[in-house]
Amino acid sequence: MTRMQPNAAFRQDGDTVAAVAPAAPIAIELSKASVTFGRGEKAVPALSETTLRIPDGEFVALVGPSGCGKSTILRLVSGLVRPTSGVVIVGGREVAAKALRIGMAFQNPTMLPWMTIEQNIMLPLKIVEPFRSQFRKLKRTVFRDKAHALLEQVGLKGFASRYPWQLSGGMLQRANLCRALIHEPRMMLLDEPFGALDQFTREELWSILQQLWMTHKPTVLLVTHDLREAGFLASRICVMSARPGRILDDSEVSFARPRTIEMTFEPDFVALNQRLREFIVNARTAPAVGKA
Amino acid sequence: MPFLDIRQKAWSAGLIVLFFVGWELFCLVTGMSDLILPRPSQVFATLFAKFWILWPHIIQTLLTTMLGFVLGVVLGVVLGAIIGVSKVAYDTCYPLLVGFSSIPKVAVVPIFVLWFGSGTVPAVLTALSICFFPIVVNIATGLATTEPELEDVLKALGASKLDILWNVGLPRTMPFFFASLKVAVSYAFVGAVLSETVASNRGIGNVMMTASSNFDVPLVFAGLFVLAFLGVALYVAFSLIEGRVTGWATRKNDLVTT
Ligand SMILES: Nc1ncnc2c1ncn2[C@@H]1O[C@H](COP(=O)(O)OP(=O)(O)O)[C@@H](O)[C@H]1O
Ligand SMILES: [Mg+2]
Repeated sequence: MTRMQPNAAFRQDGDTVAAVAPAAPIAIELSKASVTFGRGEKAVPALSETTLRIPDGEFVALVGPSGCGKSTILRLVSGLVRPTSGVVIVGGREVAAKALRIGMAFQNPTMLPWMTIEQNIMLPLKIVEPFRSQFRKLKRTVFRDKAHALLEQVGLKGFASRYPWQLSGGMLQRANLCRALIHEPRMMLLDEPFGALDQFTREELWSILQQLWMTHKPTVLLVTHDLREAGFLASRICVMSARPGRILDDSEVSFARPRTIEMTFEPDFVALNQRLREFIVNARTAPAVGKA
Repeated sequence: MPFLDIRQKAWSAGLIVLFFVGWELFCLVTGMSDLILPRPSQVFATLFAKFWILWPHIIQTLLTTMLGFVLGVVLGVVLGAIIGVSKVAYDTCYPLLVGFSSIPKVAVVPIFVLWFGSGTVPAVLTALSICFFPIVVNIATGLATTEPELEDVLKALGASKLDILWNVGLPRTMPFFFASLKVAVSYAFVGAVLSETVASNRGIGNVMMTASSNFDVPLVFAGLFVLAFLGVALYVAFSLIEGRVTGWATRKNDLVTT
């Protein structure tokens, strides 16, 4: 389905990065942000005070034991959850979604059941400017082609007019990814977007995502359980502790791009994986020290 | 009804025929007086013979029903939307609503007559006041129980409250709405006839009252048949619309049996 077109994309890209990199503005900034769900007796501290800065155009992977608050961080950034304490600034503003185009792939691919897959995927175009004002005019032509092209890219050709219940979990997840991409967001928040997929489909989609990131340079925050995935895609990996989570380790991944699947079997890459693995094993057994 | 398969349809039709045949035979065998229970054949004969006398009353009843129904729907949707959108309003208004809806509606007819005299107005109002509760309750429930995950999809895109209501709340509430429409249209019908029976000189309800005081029992039953037929027709009409609009909720062709 996909293949990498390394040279062109890489070169072109390298130039832009060189020009922009030194003064890349901060896209996401969490300053001592914590989240506690509920109050009083039933309070669940989901995220300890977390400080995290992500420059514009960076690809960050967030890994950690399940229930440690990874999804909560994404919800903070997208503005779906307010921090209980601390500050979250996205695109220079406190209300994220209004500040810039965000594409979010939720952990559970929630498709609206009354819409076909195609309509679901076009939803961001219906809501977000500048597409919104042209939606009526273009929804049967340009926008629809766009949706179909994306669907074809993730291997869902021919499923556009099906309803969500007619698709399998893995297919829904791919549709979910399309919905996060269609409006060419400047920021992508992807919550375990490949979790329900088989190894080969997953690797294909990694390459598509890498390609996309290299051409458009959106800021990406990717939550994943898969350390190979994190190493393959991200330029920076943050490891979180058990609930209430905080960031234990934050390191650059400097392998050259475009990265290849073969590369993930090389010694350097395996060593990185092992190092991360250790962190997570420790994080699971010894919960966070800082009290929320 | 739309998606019943042929066999089921045949069974339903057969059962109806059987019912009338049984009734006819019962009257013949027991030699029942037609002052008590006329035979269906007599009823149908009366119905055909007096159809043109009944016709304006049928129209009257249908009109008051539909007027009351439409007003009830408008009022019900607006009120239901207001109550359903806000959690506070939902928790506050619900008990009051349940209280109102459990008042026996026969009891409100005299009040309407007192205020508006007899005739069309109290019939419309009775229809309205009976049919609007199921709509309010269903719309409010539908909106209030909308899965937050579905709303989050739009919120993450920076959608306004109105966007969310329009794209998530309302479509998600449609199955509830149509289920309530089917009930509401029957209720409106009951309300209109009820009011006609008590306080009107027009409409099927009034025809039946007059006929019964003249001991024209076949005509009373003819009125009953007309009511049954209209009731079923209205119900079927709304089931058909429902099947088209909210097919997604029943996973397409599964069933629309009720
Ligand atoms: N709406 C909520 N109400 C209460 N607790 C919640 C809510 N959402 C998440 N949590 C809790 O917060 C913790 C972190 O959740 P989450 O961010 O989803 O973890 P994960 O890292 O697996 O994505 C979990 O222990 C979860 O039980
Ligand atoms: Mg999660």
